[in-house]
Amino acid sequence: MIGVGKPKQYGNVLDKPLSRGRQEVSLSAFAFLFSELVQYNQTQVDNIAELERRLEDAGYAVGARVLELLCHRDKGNRRETRLLGILSFIHSTVWKVLFGKVADSLEKGTEHEDEYMISEKELLVNRFISVPKDMGAFNCGAFVAGIVRGVLDGAGFPAVVTAHFVPIEGQQRPRTTILIKFAEEVLRREARLG
Amino acid sequence: MTTTACFIVVSKNDIPIYEAEVGSTVRQKQEQAHQHQFILHAALDLVQDLAWTTSAMFLRSVDRFNDLTVSVYVTAGHTRLMLLHDSRNEDGIKNFFQEVHELYVKTLLNPLYLIGSRITSAHFDTRVRALARKYL
Repeated sequence: MIGVGKPKQYGNVLDKPLSRGRQEVSLSAFAFLFSELVQYNQTQVDNIAELERRLEDAGYAVGARVLELLCHRDKGNRRETRLLGILSFIHSTVWKVLFGKVADSLEKGTEHEDEYMISEKELLVNRFISVPKDMGAFNCGAFVAGIVRGVLDGAGFPAVVTAHFVPIEGQQRPRTTILIKFAEEVLRREARLG
Repeated sequence: MTTTACFIVVSKNDIPIYEAEVGSTVRQKQEQAHQHQFILHAALDLVQDLAWTTSAMFLRSVDRFNDLTVSVYVTAGHTRLMLLHDSRNEDGIKNFFQEVHELYVKTLLNPLYLIGSRITSAHFDTRVRALARKYL
């Protein structure tokens, strides 16, 4: 009989349930999509800083949505109000949902009070990307930096987030570090909350 | 039982992105709608301070005006769902907020929806009013 066992059709997206859905997306599909995103933006800009900014903005939109969705779906409606709370939320929950594993490490900067670093041996988004020598220090991880900035900004912790390559001796490919520098008001509020 | 209720959604930047009068006596309250919005906006300062003291989303009643109470629900992205009401039905209000929160997350997931802009979907409006009739 035709139509038996057909999945239920919903009239409007607001009626569809917010289920977990399929946990996995094809890596090749994502890699193709991301490479197209980078290539499209390359045609639109004149310099590398602009390209990084565009990738960051694309990530920002993702980050803001990921924050709301995960807090609603996975964390049982608890918000993060403390700095370490939101950082460990990003380091474990967000990374697990987006990349299938928790981030390699989360460190506090030694030189400045307001700097934190999330390190990853190889960012998923960079796996199939090679940067030509004439682009200098350009890192497509700017997309992931944008995601982190979106999450932090949405939660009320404005910060400047950048992605850097850190060469490690003994390894061919450099590690990627996401550097998070919090704004003044975040530190003041943290001190006030005790 | 006739109830007064005014519901607004305020974005992180303190801009209202959705408002609705959802009480059961809506017809005579046109001139009071302005007053309701004024009361809700005045309560925003209190919400701001209170939001950082707790990690819960439902903040219960944060302010009172005559016999009207302001109840607030803060989402992870600091979007505030605020309800001005005269009833005492806390459980109903909490369920109402949770359902509207789910609707809001679904609206937000639309990649073409600019976060912080007005919610103009008629379907969203219909659903919110239906939920208000059900829970308030």
